[in-house]
Amino acid sequence: MRTTAPASLTAGRRLPNAWDMLAIACVFAGILALVQVTPETFKPIDAPNATVVTLDPANLPEYALRTTMRMFAALAASLLFTFTFAPLAAKSRRAGLVLVPILDILQSVPILGFLTFTTAFFMSLFPGRVAGLELAAIFAVFTSQAWNMAFSMYQSLTTLPNDLVEATRAFRLSGWQRFWKLEVPFAMPGLVWNMMLSMSGGWFFVVASEAITIGDQSWKLPGIGSYVATALDQRDMSAIWYAILAMFVVILAYDQLLFRPLVAWSAKFRVELTATIAPEDPWVLKLLRRTRVLSLAGDAVSNAFGVIGRLRMQLPTKRRAARAPRSSRSGDMVFIAVSVLVAAAAIYAIVSYVILHDVGLSDLLETLGLGCITLLRVIVLIALASLLWVPIGVWIGLRPAWAQRVQVVVQFAAAFPANLFFPVFVILIVRFHGNSDLWLTPLMILGTQWYILFNIIAGASAFPSDLQEAALNFRVGGFLWWRRVILPGIFPYYVTGAITASGGSWNAAIVAEVASWGDTKLKAHGLGAYIAQATDEGNFAHVVLGVAVMSLFVLAFNRVLWRPLYAFATRRLTL
Amino acid sequence: MDGLTPKAPAKSPAKTPLVEIRGCRQSYHKDSTSDLLVLDDVNLTLASGEIVALLGRSGSGKSTLLRIVSGLLTPTAGQVKWRGEDLHGPADGVAMVFQSFALFPWLTVQENVELGLEAQGIPRAERESRAETAIDLIGLGGYESAYPKELSGGMRQRVGLARALVVHPDPLLMDEPFSALDVLTAETLRTDLIDLWMEGKLPIKSVLMVTHNIEEAVLMCDRILVFSSNPGRVASELIVPFPHPRNRLDTAFRQMVDDIYALMTRRPTKPLAAVPTPAAEAGFATPLAPVSTNLLAGLLETLAGAPYNGRADLPALAGALQLEADELLPMGEALQLLHLADLADGDIVVTDAGKHFALSDTDERKAIFAAALRTHVPLVAAIRRTLDERWNHRASAVRFRDELEDHMSPDYAEDTLRTAIAYGRYAELFSYDEEAAQFSLEDIDTPG
Repeated sequence: MRTTAPASLTAGRRLPNAWDMLAIACVFAGILALVQVTPETFKPIDAPNATVVTLDPANLPEYALRTTMRMFAALAASLLFTFTFAPLAAKSRRAGLVLVPILDILQSVPILGFLTFTTAFFMSLFPGRVAGLELAAIFAVFTSQAWNMAFSMYQSLTTLPNDLVEATRAFRLSGWQRFWKLEVPFAMPGLVWNMMLSMSGGWFFVVASEAITIGDQSWKLPGIGSYVATALDQRDMSAIWYAILAMFVVILAYDQLLFRPLVAWSAKFRVELTATIAPEDPWVLKLLRRTRVLSLAGDAVSNAFGVIGRLRMQLPTKRRAARAPRSSRSGDMVFIAVSVLVAAAAIYAIVSYVILHDVGLSDLLETLGLGCITLLRVIVLIALASLLWVPIGVWIGLRPAWAQRVQVVVQFAAAFPANLFFPVFVILIVRFHGNSDLWLTPLMILGTQWYILFNIIAGASAFPSDLQEAALNFRVGGFLWWRRVILPGIFPYYVTGAITASGGSWNAAIVAEVASWGDTKLKAHGLGAYIAQATDEGNFAHVVLGVAVMSLFVLAFNRVLWRPLYAFATRRLTL
Repeated sequence: MDGLTPKAPAKSPAKTPLVEIRGCRQSYHKDSTSDLLVLDDVNLTLASGEIVALLGRSGSGKSTLLRIVSGLLTPTAGQVKWRGEDLHGPADGVAMVFQSFALFPWLTVQENVELGLEAQGIPRAERESRAETAIDLIGLGGYESAYPKELSGGMRQRVGLARALVVHPDPLLMDEPFSALDVLTAETLRTDLIDLWMEGKLPIKSVLMVTHNIEEAVLMCDRILVFSSNPGRVASELIVPFPHPRNRLDTAFRQMVDDIYALMTRRPTKPLAAVPTPAAEAGFATPLAPVSTNLLAGLLETLAGAPYNGRADLPALAGALQLEADELLPMGEALQLLHLADLADGDIVVTDAGKHFALSDTDERKAIFAAALRTHVPLVAAIRRTLDERWNHRASAVRFRDELEDHMSPDYAEDTLRTAIAYGRYAELFSYDEEAAQFSLEDIDTPG
């Protein structure tokens, strides 16, 4: 009879080892931190210190912790959303018809433009309490993560391997069991990867959403973002450097403690039956696997999931074979009717809002013009970043020894919220009296250019060595090599990176086209600045218009340029 | 350890039907026009104590029938009875072994084997002991904690077998279980399985397996149902009289294999479609199997040369070329369609045109091939005729695909069109632009 007790129970040694000590320390520190932060959330907003941010560096660890907590709260919400939304969209034909396009649009709406509405909304939910502000900040981060993750899971659920689906049916797993045994594990690698990418992007938004100004009122939630905002108001350069340092530590911890272990762990769920040489486990994963206490905890968690997965959660009569999907006509009619009604109501609401708030054609034309300016910025920036990073990325990617090390740095850089560096640029522009239309522009791509580099490196390292050798053998060199060999080879990767970078740049425009240093205000012309200014003035109608037009630009840009390019790349240039 | 008491003696089968299928018909539904049939009027009875093979070419609906037996699929018409009761959905005592193994890469061997038991809510202790027994029986002892990707193909299929056996299925269903394995591994697995079956160690009452490998069917089974294609029908039913262990080199064994080859190459006597449409009559919608021109040329050269000198016995040829019937027959049929060779009585005979082709150089071959295509493959002829008629000598492929889909499933239509494109390109009858899905006469020398 095989022993059923976990290996950690039956192992000879009972005393904790050095890893255990380290792990215990980490866990308790985490618990303490949680205990300290939580009660403050329910303080009244005007209670002392609830929304006051001081520039004393000693407060930074606490601020950093609070910022991190917001991130994780948002991540939890995004996971919940993903696990309800994606299965619904994938399994119900009718729900999918509506939900998938909605997700697609939501992905292209600039999140930061929303901040004012959501803040107002959540403040009204918890009048006079910090919780409203907290929720608004968390919601901002949520909107930067959830769509991406839900899409990833939806795609996994619609591309389940047919033989595994048949196996679950032949062995009569219930729908619930299939979800936990097949669907969730199959979606895991994609979900984890997207979760980590979204989270990297999320730092940017959590920093931006901690200091919120609507009209005359402004609030600051204690955190790294509000610390930087305060430092800007008070023209304190050293405080900005402290904040950057603190963020550096936080991102390093996030990268080492969460990102790397999770991604390495999720590789277990890849559906490829060839044994690949797995890269070495990150140190945290080793810690988890080797530490007795932690692996016990891990076993407990996986046992809990096992128990959930074994429940049938099904009515005993509901066992049916697959038929040709029968569509019930009347059901479809009702569904279409309801959809049309909702759409009509939405259009009515928009039109009446426009009439009520006197948003005219001139406003529309103005925003469209500003949109074109911002579009020009995005295009020029992507082109410049490509010119810079494509050669560098190819050079690094073709050198495996370099590629791995640089990849780690680039991932780190992508996660680092670029808005923390904005003040440095602003000071330089003020000092040298630079043209803000020109010099504020690079800020838009400061944080997102890394996606281009990251993908180029990945593409170049995946470039088949036999093709490289063939090129070498026929002495294909110089410009011909770029045109015929490497550029087509990395193109699908490049497009993936450029899509992400351009999407991020649109979002960044809202915070990058206006900047301030104490009383000095810098403003570039563009749609981002328009939205930011309308927010400052509390002119909601203009904010709505700006956000709508920006969404329109992003959508059109994606549909006209990126989608066809991506389709072409996957059709013709994938190896 | 009580889990695997042998239930049925392998010999002298008691004739209580486990599965009974009457008048089964499965159609592929096409929106506007008539349904296309995958299976037509199939009857099947499976009794205790026998191993039955469903033998046929790819596309003969044999895998579809297996899925109907397993309850994964409900037939369009007909009766499916399992132990005398109508079947709705996957039945309790049915388990399947998959061609692709269908193992969950994130579960260990033990967890994969326990899957079906977990679904039934069997308590942990029993689950583990039953899994352990099945794992040991099938020769996987020591691999319990391994993940599928650490195992070789043969070991993976053993996991697939253990996973099916552990739920004590009657019958055990196998969908081309050995076709993804190399020759030696497949042979070991077959003999191991037959040995266990003969010793009565398998906790199952009967086996229903799908295969396209004629020798495998004769080697393992008590009864063989040979399927014809398009639509799938049971063309004939054979009893295999040899006792186990069987010898592949035995004369009677060889003769049976030969006979089945002859059965499978027999020309259909009935028209293909129940209601012949003009296009079907003109042969426009004859499905073309995706066989490359290189294979056809290579086969013709081989056949024309020594030792065959224009005529070969199909089983012998398959053996010499290390091809399975399912691979060789489509080539033979493609040659037959082009009138470059003839199939009859398990033999393949090269025609005069075929001999001429084999002796020619590249340009002449293309000319012969072009002539054969224009006379014997109406689809290719129609494409070329359309191009000749148009002032710009261009035509969209979509139109031809749509027309094909009126007469066959989208997969078949796709294969047929792909093959027609490949043949037409080789014969330099037309060019094709993949991006635009368009035929043209660019780079084609048009006489006059």
